[in-house]
Amino acid sequence: MTGSRAEKLIFGGTSLLVFAFLYLPLFLIVLYAFNETNINSWPFPGFSTRWFDKLAHDEVPKDAAWLSVRIATFSTLLALALGTAMAFAFARHRFRGRDAVNFAVTLPIILPGVITGVAMASLFLFSGTDLSTRTVIIGHTTFCIVLVFNNVLARLRRLSPSLEEASRDLGASGLQTFRYVTLPSIRTALVAGALLSFALSFDEIAVTFFLAGADTTTLPLWILGAFRNTQNVPEVNAAATVILVVSLPMIALAAYLMREEGATRVVQE
Amino acid sequence: MGGGPRLITRSVSRALYAHPHGRLGLLLGPAVLWLLVFYLIALALLFMTSLWQQDVFTADIVRNWTLDNYKKIFSGQDGLWLRVYGRTVLLATIVTLIDIALAFPLAWFMARVAAPKWRTLLFLAVVVPLWSSMLVRIFAWRTILGSNGVLNDFLISAGFLDKPSSAFLYNERAVALTWAYVWLPFMVLPIYTALEKIPDSFLEASRDLGAGVFGTFRRVILPLALPGVIAGSIFVFSLTMGDFVAPQLVGGGSQVLGGAVKDRFGVAADFPFGAALASLTLVTLMVFLMISRRTGAMENL
Repeated sequence: MTGSRAEKLIFGGTSLLVFAFLYLPLFLIVLYAFNETNINSWPFPGFSTRWFDKLAHDEVPKDAAWLSVRIATFSTLLALALGTAMAFAFARHRFRGRDAVNFAVTLPIILPGVITGVAMASLFLFSGTDLSTRTVIIGHTTFCIVLVFNNVLARLRRLSPSLEEASRDLGASGLQTFRYVTLPSIRTALVAGALLSFALSFDEIAVTFFLAGADTTTLPLWILGAFRNTQNVPEVNAAATVILVVSLPMIALAAYLMREEGATRVVQE
Repeated sequence: MGGGPRLITRSVSRALYAHPHGRLGLLLGPAVLWLLVFYLIALALLFMTSLWQQDVFTADIVRNWTLDNYKKIFSGQDGLWLRVYGRTVLLATIVTLIDIALAFPLAWFMARVAAPKWRTLLFLAVVVPLWSSMLVRIFAWRTILGSNGVLNDFLISAGFLDKPSSAFLYNERAVALTWAYVWLPFMVLPIYTALEKIPDSFLEASRDLGAGVFGTFRRVILPLALPGVIAGSIFVFSLTMGDFVAPQLVGGGSQVLGGAVKDRFGVAADFPFGAALASLTLVTLMVFLMISRRTGAMENL
């Protein structure tokens, strides 16, 4: 059902304003990446691509981005293993303490990063563990598990058990059933969970801030440091623009997966 | 080489796999162990630290149990910490309300007014900002609100101002606006999900039974959208209660909880007092969560 003309006008107009609010900063980030000067004042001083040139020859942000990619990759892989196994436990088994476990896995994403950060920093201090890239990965994995868990569990709940039963009845082993029946049907949920985990880890600042070792400069930590000197801002904007362009295919993939999700939902209802 | 141990591991794992309890343990064990060791014990340790003290001279943590850190929060320093706490709760409440007000009409448009073929695109449009650096998006507000910023230029050319005003940036209003901006998608998405689920027939029935637009909104739409609103509020309220980045980048001098905690674990090193402030934040959010949980909103996160 679509709305009446008045409804369209009122809500369409309001939505347009809200979208303007959402996109004005993004527009300015991309615009000021092409700033001719290093002054971020309005009106726009003039176009140039010098900040992209500077970025291309600056090793520090590249190293930081590469470190962030590695941290996000490891955290995502760990979260995939832990979250998927947990989703299977929830979908296939009944056990006591279900609600408590569900609450415990959701907590790291609901509570602000500063709490997770200082709590884990205390833990590592207490146990004599030096802060490093590894401690950041542990922190990121902790709040990424729930993203994979939620996606996979939602899919498993909609998956008809008769498919797996049929596979077993036709003589497939447990492993074969998993490989050829279960895995293909949860694949898009796994990709969606992984995309979310990667994106969240890549951009995370609060937990990272407290768990990073002295030489663990992730991209967000580099950005936060670069902001201390406003002359760096155009270069940071250039970096943010590059990241946005690079992540567009990922967003497109997420959209594709979502549509697929929508399609299965229609079939099942 | 290593055939013996491998054989043993394999037969053990096979035995575990064959038994339902063993299988459950294998699936659930690693994640539960991870959360217990790295998260729940860490939170417990944070709370314990808040009951300890820091030696003023050596900066070592002294492990004798005391409530001094909490006394300091509730009655120390002329109520400074109570004001920080009150300010943060108030700001988080305001930001949550702003986001509900902005998100609801947008979510309604996306879910019920726009043609279904546009929904994926609109959904994407809400999500895209989340994929670009949060820090850079926060910083962009300096370019908007600054004295040489977009807003000043607009207000001057529209004739509302004679000369640039510095009243828009580096204060609590700027921080609240920036927070409302960065967390907005987290409010839109759950409300959208809730609104999308309402069957058309409910709205038709309400209209057929004589309810007006407001009656339908109050008695049909609002109760069904409430889980989504609460789920979004949990995110926005909680993220605001702990954030230290926006106050650092666009705020003035006034302290908020997130920044105060960060400072105690950084420049103003006083881990036990920082842990007490963090525990207070944690308890506040837990109370908020428990209230929300009763409404069943946790299922919608």
